[in-house]
Amino acid sequence: MAHPTPRAKTLFTPFNVITGIILLAGAVLTVLRFTKGIGAVTNLDDNNPWGIWIGFDLLCGVALAAGGYVTCAACYIFGLKKFRCAVRPAILTAFLGYALVVLALHYDVGRPWRLPYPIFFSQGTSSLLFEVALCVFLYLSVLFLEFTPAAFEWLNWRRARHIIGKISLVLVIFGIILSTLHQSSLGALFLIVPSKLHPLWHSGYIAVYFFISSIFAGMAMVIFEHAIVDRFLHDEIDEEHHIESNTVALGFARSAAFLMMGYLMIQAIGIAIDNDWHYLATGWGLWYLFEMIGFVAIPALVYAVGVREHNIRLLQWTSGWVVFGIILNRMNISLVAFNWQLPSDQRYFPSFPEIMTTVFIVTIGIVAFKWIATRMPVLHVHPDFPDDH
Amino acid sequence: MGITRRQFFGWMSAAIGSQMVFRPDAKAASTHYFTGYADSMGVLHDISRCIGCRKCEAACNQVNDLPRPERPFDDLTIMENHRRPHADTYTIVNKFTLPGVDAPIYVKKQCNHCQEPACVSACFVKALKKTKTGAVEYDASLCVGCRYCMIACPFNIPAYEYDNAFTPEVTKCTLCQPRIENGKLPGCVEICPKEALTFGTREKLIELARQRIRNYPDRYIHHIYGEHEMGGTSWLYLSPAPFADLGMREDLGVTPAPALTSGALAAVPVVVSLWIVFLTGIHAISKRKEQTAEKEKQAAIDEILMVQQEKLNKTVAQLKEKAKSEQAAAVKQEVEKALAAAEKDADQADSASDHPGNQEEK
Repeated sequence: MAHPTPRAKTLFTPFNVITGIILLAGAVLTVLRFTKGIGAVTNLDDNNPWGIWIGFDLLCGVALAAGGYVTCAACYIFGLKKFRCAVRPAILTAFLGYALVVLALHYDVGRPWRLPYPIFFSQGTSSLLFEVALCVFLYLSVLFLEFTPAAFEWLNWRRARHIIGKISLVLVIFGIILSTLHQSSLGALFLIVPSKLHPLWHSGYIAVYFFISSIFAGMAMVIFEHAIVDRFLHDEIDEEHHIESNTVALGFARSAAFLMMGYLMIQAIGIAIDNDWHYLATGWGLWYLFEMIGFVAIPALVYAVGVREHNIRLLQWTSGWVVFGIILNRMNISLVAFNWQLPSDQRYFPSFPEIMTTVFIVTIGIVAFKWIATRMPVLHVHPDFPDDH
Repeated sequence: MGITRRQFFGWMSAAIGSQMVFRPDAKAASTHYFTGYADSMGVLHDISRCIGCRKCEAACNQVNDLPRPERPFDDLTIMENHRRPHADTYTIVNKFTLPGVDAPIYVKKQCNHCQEPACVSACFVKALKKTKTGAVEYDASLCVGCRYCMIACPFNIPAYEYDNAFTPEVTKCTLCQPRIENGKLPGCVEICPKEALTFGTREKLIELARQRIRNYPDRYIHHIYGEHEMGGTSWLYLSPAPFADLGMREDLGVTPAPALTSGALAAVPVVVSLWIVFLTGIHAISKRKEQTAEKEKQAAIDEILMVQQEKLNKTVAQLKEKAKSEQAAAVKQEVEKALAAAEKDADQADSASDHPGNQEEK
């Protein structure tokens, strides 16, 4: 420490110690992964080529980063000006979320240095994964641009801040289109495996399921994240954000309650169209109903109650519940109900290093969010740029 | 957003034009269907003839320069396990002992070289291709290693070199394409001592299989596996027992894999085109609403101001009037008072002057 400051004294906070240990472990695993190969750290095999690095890091990461486009749509397209305070934290979360998705893919794919191939070198346009790759690449760029105003204000680059403000609406519209496409195509990836994914989760509508559930996942994430930020980064939040965050929670919870009920209806339609009713009476059916009732129907009702009674605390808890439900859904589709017909000894369960790598990547996200939110005008308005949000 | 109508039409025609010029082969909703390349090659595996000698496994290992396995190829006990192809084994033979059937049944497994392969349509860098000669070829120089081909394959065939840190590849049977090009038979077909494997054009093989079923109707299940499964495969199978009992799925359907995803892919340009319209439209509506609300608010404020102003003016006028009349009254009163005072003074003066007058008169 060249400049001992008062902050240096508090360097060994519980937060720093725990994240430090995780980051160190992650560094070791990174070296292992890139010198010994995927097989050295994962439980992946030829029947189970996708594990939690895809099921959690990619599918859940993208779904939970949906708050970015949902909040932008609410504020700039539907003109709900009171949601403005939620835009910057949601964009930051989305940007970090997508950046980490791409980082995680570097661990998962065999030759990560070829990740630009599908976009620049050899386009496999018949693949839904190509659509996902292209959209994620473009959307990450859009999110980066959408986040730059906060960085420019922090750096006091007024001209750049002014220019980016001019194209913000175009960016928002582009971002929503790209999100619609890749959120849904992540589900459509599984259209090609009717013989491997359990019929209760496999449906011709799976792309629509992924899109709709990403909307309420994004809303829940915005509410839940504000609760966390309010608890741990309280000093960064200004009065306007404090007041408006309640409006955001009530508005999003109300919309999410309706959306989740609509989602249940299209799930039922999907089962009716494929005539999969008889599966409901099996063990898989119980697991499916557990997901749909326990993590969609009931939280939707609790949302409705919370909105009626203006109980923000209840809405925040319910949002955590919904977020968990989305994770359960994505894991069910990619891991639990995938390869359901294989004998149990050929099924996949993640290895400890695999789980730790995922924890490592999530930790990078949390540290980055904290670093940025304590420096740039994300949770508060910059005094020099009061109306430029 | 300042878009003129001329700009809008310009962009739209550019978008539609580019679709029509660059995508002349778009035929998602047409009646066209694909039945495979003419004269493409395949192999007919007559399961009833296989004796489980594993010679095909050994030959495959040799012609593909694969590493020697831990257990030698003459160890036949390994077939009790129901194996699948892996990174260094492109083909395997599994043994099935069915209840009520004395002799065990041996089934060879390898890439089926589908007519319209799931792996090819799933590959996002075109590292997998279906050649006109029948083989599904893999180009390692393009492969990113996402392993979506392995997810997509309904037969669980492609494998991955998970333990290779720097140049991992997807591996699977090549149909011995290089040997075929040199006029040789695939390694497994060449070595098979019982002619359980027959190499030829797919059309001829289907005819041959039909003929065998016709000639020996009691020996075979009356179904050629691979004729229609997943849109048809280049490898075809004849079996003495139900395929499902031999680890071959009969619930795959006849829809070729690309047809499963074509709808979702077709939705992409539609979403892009419509979302631009919807989103700008909704934005315009909400902005207009905002402006209208602002205007109405202003109008209401103006009206209230006007009414208030009028009221105020009236009150002022009334007050003025009142003040005027009060003033007038006051003036009148004052005047009257003054007049009265003056009169009184005058009277007093009169009476004062009366006295001397009176005195004078007296």
